[in-house]
Amino acid sequence: MSEPSARPAAQDGLAFERPLNELQTKIAELRKLNSGSHLELAGEIDLLEDRLRRQTAEVYAQLSPWERVNVARHAERPLTSDYIQLMLDDFVELHGDRVFGDDRAIVTGFACMEGLRFLLVGHRKGKTVKDRLACNFGCAHPEGYRKAMQKMRLAEKLGLPIVSFINTPGAYPGIGAEERGQAAAIARNILDMFEIRVPIVCMVIGEGGSGGALGIGVGDRVGMLENSYYSVISPEGCAAILWKSGDKAPEAAEALKLTSKDLLRLGLVDKVVEEPLGGAHRDPKGAVERVKRQILEWLRELMALPVDELLARRHRKFRGMGTPIGVTRA
Amino acid sequence: MAWTRFGKKKDMPGNLWTKCESCGALLFRKEFEQRHRVCGTCGYHFTLPARERIAITVDPGSFAEMWTGLLAEDVLAFNDRVPYGEKLAQTRQKTGEDDALVAGAAAVKGIPCALGVMNFQFLGGSMGMVVGEKIALLCEHAQAQRLPVVLVACSGGARMHEGAVSLMQMAKTCSALTRLHRAGLPSISVLTHPTTGGVTASFASVCDLLIAEPGALIGFAGPRVIATTIKKELPKGFQRAEFLLEKGQVDRIVPRAQMRDELARLLAYATGRDPVAAFAPQPVAAEPEPVAVPAAPEPPPGGKGRRRARPPKDG
Repeated sequence: MSEPSARPAAQDGLAFERPLNELQTKIAELRKLNSGSHLELAGEIDLLEDRLRRQTAEVYAQLSPWERVNVARHAERPLTSDYIQLMLDDFVELHGDRVFGDDRAIVTGFACMEGLRFLLVGHRKGKTVKDRLACNFGCAHPEGYRKAMQKMRLAEKLGLPIVSFINTPGAYPGIGAEERGQAAAIARNILDMFEIRVPIVCMVIGEGGSGGALGIGVGDRVGMLENSYYSVISPEGCAAILWKSGDKAPEAAEALKLTSKDLLRLGLVDKVVEEPLGGAHRDPKGAVERVKRQILEWLRELMALPVDELLARRHRKFRGMGTPIGVTRA
Repeated sequence: MAWTRFGKKKDMPGNLWTKCESCGALLFRKEFEQRHRVCGTCGYHFTLPARERIAITVDPGSFAEMWTGLLAEDVLAFNDRVPYGEKLAQTRQKTGEDDALVAGAAAVKGIPCALGVMNFQFLGGSMGMVVGEKIALLCEHAQAQRLPVVLVACSGGARMHEGAVSLMQMAKTCSALTRLHRAGLPSISVLTHPTTGGVTASFASVCDLLIAEPGALIGFAGPRVIATTIKKELPKGFQRAEFLLEKGQVDRIVPRAQMRDELARLLAYATGRDPVAAFAPQPVAAEPEPVAVPAAPEPPPGGKGRRRARPPKDG
C-alpha cells in the first residue's frame, strides 16, 4: 500500500489501481502473442495471473476509506441500470410522480426475477455523458422521491415487495429542488416507508449519500456491497466544513467511518455483500449475481412474515440505532 | 445564567448594547432581551437558546424536563483535530446542557403537551443519537399520555461527528412520528432560524402543522452549498420562511411575540378545546417593566455585528 502522504489527495483516489491495471494489460498482451502456438508463454501467463490475483487481494484488503469511496464511484462499477439488465427476467419502467415530473435520477418499475415479482426503485447515474446529464449524476429532485413513494404505494396495494438500489452522491442541492421541498420529500419518504405494508429490501451498491440515500433507504433488510459507502455527508463536504479544506477529504473519509465494514460494526446495516476480487468493476456479472442471491434470500424470508410483525420489526430496527449513554430499555 | 448571554462581554461597551445581525442597528440589550431577541428596528428574529424559548412558550412552572443525563457516545472515535469526546465535554461545560435538545412535559395556556426544543448553542443544534433518542422518547411519552407534540427545530442538520449513526436518527425520529400519527395524536413543528439538512429532511417537516418564524432560513441544502453547486447567485429571500410560505411548504408564519398564543390556538383545534379562549391574551405572572432606552453610543471601532447563526445574506 502506498503511503498516504505520497498521494496528492482528492484526484488520485484510484492510484492503487495502476499497478494492477498494468499487470492486467501485460497479461492481455502476452495472451495475444500466445494466440499462435507459443506454448512457452502459457507458464509465464499463469505466473502473472497468479501474481495479479495475490496483489489484487492484498491491495483490496488494505484500501483506505477514501480509496473505497473512489472504488464506489468507479466509472465502470455496475449501476442500477446494469442490475436491471443483468439480474432481471423482466422490467417494466413506470414513470412520473403524477404531480410535477419524471425525475430520471430515480428509476422505478415492475421487475421479475426467478419468478418473483417486485417493485424496483433505484438511483440512476447514467452510463454515457448524455445519460449522466439526464440523470443529474444520480442526484434526485423532490419529484424523484415522490415518484418513488407513489410507486411504492402502488406496490403496497398490489402486494409486491420492494427492492431499492441506493447509489447517489446525495439529493440535488438546487433552487428548484428547494422550491419544491427537497427536505420535505425525503422526510415524507422516510416516514412513509415505515408504513408500507410489504417487505422492503435495500442495497447500497455504490454511494450512500446522506439523506438522498435514506430517502429510499428504510427497509426490513439493508445490505451494502463491500466497496460501497454510506455516510451522513460526503467526505468532501465534511472536509470543507470541519477541516476548512476540500483537500482533506481522505482524512474526513477516515473519520466518518463510512465503509461497509464500519456500518456493519455500528449495527446500521444487516449485511455486507462481498464483491468479486478487485471490486465489482472488475467483474460486474459476478457482483450482480451475488447481489441477486442476497435479494432473493431476503425476499423469500421476509415474505413469509406476517405484515404486522414485519412493520414492528422495521420500526424496532431503526429505533435501536444509536443509543446514547444513560438510556434504560424496558 | 451564563448561557443566556450571547457572544463576548467586550463586544459592546459595558455589555449594554448589541448589534442587529441583519440591519446593523444598535440594540439596547435589556430591551432586546425583553423583546425575546427580536430586533426592534427591522424585526429580525435572532436564534433563541432553548431555555429562553421554553420560558416564553409554556405556562410558568409547567415545564417538567425529562430524559436529562443522556449522553452521546463517541462511537466513531471521531477526530477533526479535537476529539469529539473532548468537544462534547467542552460544549457541555460551556452551555450547561447535555446535548442539543431540551425535552419534557409542559402546558401552553393550560393545554398540556410534550415539548422538545433544539438548542443551536450546542454544536449548531446538530442531531446525533441524543437528539434522535429524546425525540423518539418524547413521541412515545406523548403516545402513552395521549398528548400533542410540539417540536421547535433550530439546527444545522445531522451531526457529522456521529457519522451514519446521526444519519439514522432521521429514520428513528420519523419512525417515532409515524406511530404518533397512527395513534391519532397531533404534532406541531416550529421551524426557527436556522433549520437545515437532516433535521428539515426528517421530523421537522412531517409534523401535522408546520409553523415558521419570520425570516427563518429553512431548507435542505445550505445556501452556500447551493450557490457553489449551481454557480449562480441565489434569488432574494431564497429559503426564508416567507419563500417557503409562498412555495406552499409551511402552514403559517408566526412572529415570536405571538407564538405562544398561536400555539395555544392551534393546540386547541388539535385537541378539541376552545380556540377562542385559548387565543385570548392571558395575563402573564409578572408583566415586565418597560425599559427606558438610553441614547445609543458610537459603535466601537471595527465593531461588527456578531455572527451566531448566520445572518440573512439575501441575493
